[in-house]
Amino acid sequence: MIELRSVTKKYGDQAAVMDLTLTVSEGEVCILIGPSGCGKSTTIKLVNRMLEPESGEIFVNGRNVRGFKPEFLRRRIGYVIQYVGLFPHMTVSDNIAVVPKLLSWEKGRISNRVDELLHMVGLRPETYRHKYPHELSGGEAQRIGVARALASDPPVLLMDEPFGAVDPLNRESLQAEFMKIQKELQKTVLFVTHDLDEAIRLADKIALMRDGAIVQYDTPENILAHPANRFVHDFVGTDRALKRLSRYSVATIMRRAYSLSMHDYPTTVHEYLKKQPWLRFLWIVGEKGELRGWLDTRDFKEQGAEAEVITEVKDPHFGLSDDSTLRDALSRMLAEGVKVLPVLDRERRVVGEISLKDIERVTEEVTERWSE
Amino acid sequence: MERIEGSFYTRGIHLSGWLYILALFSILLFLVLNMGLWQHFLGFLFPKESEVIYPRADLFTLLREHVRLVFVSSTAAVAVGVGAALFVTRPFGKAFLPIVNDLSSLAQTIPPVAVLALAVPFIGFGFKPTVLALFLYSILPVLRNTISGIESISPNLIEAAFGMGMKRSQILVKVELPLAIKVIMAGIRTSVVINVGTATAGAVVGAGGFGAPIISGLVRENPAFVLEGAISAAILAFVLDQTLAKFEQSLFRG
Repeated sequence: MIELRSVTKKYGDQAAVMDLTLTVSEGEVCILIGPSGCGKSTTIKLVNRMLEPESGEIFVNGRNVRGFKPEFLRRRIGYVIQYVGLFPHMTVSDNIAVVPKLLSWEKGRISNRVDELLHMVGLRPETYRHKYPHELSGGEAQRIGVARALASDPPVLLMDEPFGAVDPLNRESLQAEFMKIQKELQKTVLFVTHDLDEAIRLADKIALMRDGAIVQYDTPENILAHPANRFVHDFVGTDRALKRLSRYSVATIMRRAYSLSMHDYPTTVHEYLKKQPWLRFLWIVGEKGELRGWLDTRDFKEQGAEAEVITEVKDPHFGLSDDSTLRDALSRMLAEGVKVLPVLDRERRVVGEISLKDIERVTEEVTERWSE
Repeated sequence: MERIEGSFYTRGIHLSGWLYILALFSILLFLVLNMGLWQHFLGFLFPKESEVIYPRADLFTLLREHVRLVFVSSTAAVAVGVGAALFVTRPFGKAFLPIVNDLSSLAQTIPPVAVLALAVPFIGFGFKPTVLALFLYSILPVLRNTISGIESISPNLIEAAFGMGMKRSQILVKVELPLAIKVIMAGIRTSVVINVGTATAGAVVGAGGFGAPIISGLVRENPAFVLEGAISAAILAFVLDQTLAKFEQSLFRG
């Protein structure tokens, strides 16, 4: 648990944080967001005493942070920064081992922990252990940054725009991985971002800040549904309904997909249609189950099996992954001009599908709830 | 274990590198101990000179004097230069950065020979004024390189180190020095090589070293003496530079 009580931090005469009170419950992700200069980064740095407040008190797991030497406090709090800050003269495993070494863990325990963490962030220890940071991609480096922050298994994690310097594609998968790890570890996380979509996707609670104070502190749903004032309303924008979709992952509403290999064409199509005459699209897959194209059953029924009723998929990025958000799904449908998209796993095997109707159903539910 | 050969961060043991250094030192010793070789070589180059070898001291003695001058002055310059640079890059010493920079630049602008001339009336002839002149002259490269080595480290790294709970001293030893060492060592090498050359000026005030045959040769118009001193000093400079380069590499071993 992180607790800030009436905290004020000034730079000269300028107050960066004004009389701020905030409680992050145990196991929750609280995201600080707001325009630049609103004091969100300052707030996070007050918690691990990178900065000292002029007044107010800060508690981590019930203990006043002033009761610790700053170094000892920081070793117990995970810290991830935007530019990762991996030490270029140390290997990946030495980088991850920095805090355990400061805590004087024994060698065997450290190397076990390093391997465990590499596994957790989805990197193979044998491949990455001895690499140097300059041999890593941006996404890999940020994964190591997260692993390093988790090294001593701190109960509290501070993340200062951790995915800010990563390209959009990598950011999405980092966010998805972060959610997976957080689900498992249940850390208390204070997270700073300027990306509202990221906040909506990852947060249990969002604290929207302006001029060093919190304007609204609530769940992403409530902030989108009931903006406290004009400022929040403008900040979340007029596409609130669309942003709301970032809260849902494709996996939550994905339905069963029907696929067949070209070898079974057209007999399997007849079989499928006999049992489920309402089926509209069938996915054509290759030998290993990977997506090759699709078949529109309406054309099939009208023109017969000999006509060209199969559309080949040439774009290697066609389709969704199960951790994509509904917002991504909708945007992809609009971009591709289709009403149904397949959901694929890492080997591009079809695991399900999602349709525009499914997304509409979610938005209707949401709108109903908002008007209540 | 996989190693990346030839990389900046190369690890592992390079015995061949140290064998090379050993070979260089052997050649140096062989050359200064074999006066007959010099007799033949210089006699061949300058057949008209009656005397081709500096008579008042053998090369081994001159080498010892020369190395002593360079060693004492360079050690002091490294200690003071690195020390001052670290001081002015700490938060509490930041205010002194401009003045330290100016002082070291000033020391560099005064020619060593002028320092010798000015120092002799106060501290006498020989070893002492020469070491003083060399010391003042060689601080700058060490100081400048150490400062720029430390300042070139990204503030993000320092922030990360703080954020993980390193103390100031741990950041210096584990982050700043390892990252700056290459630039610092380059400054030390420059300084030592310049020192080996400049130390020949010490012979003017009787400090000995390889400058002695050079000065004597100039006075007596004997080019053989000049060459004897100059070649020896050049070889010494080369050997010391290579040794420091090797030492620098070995610092990168985990």
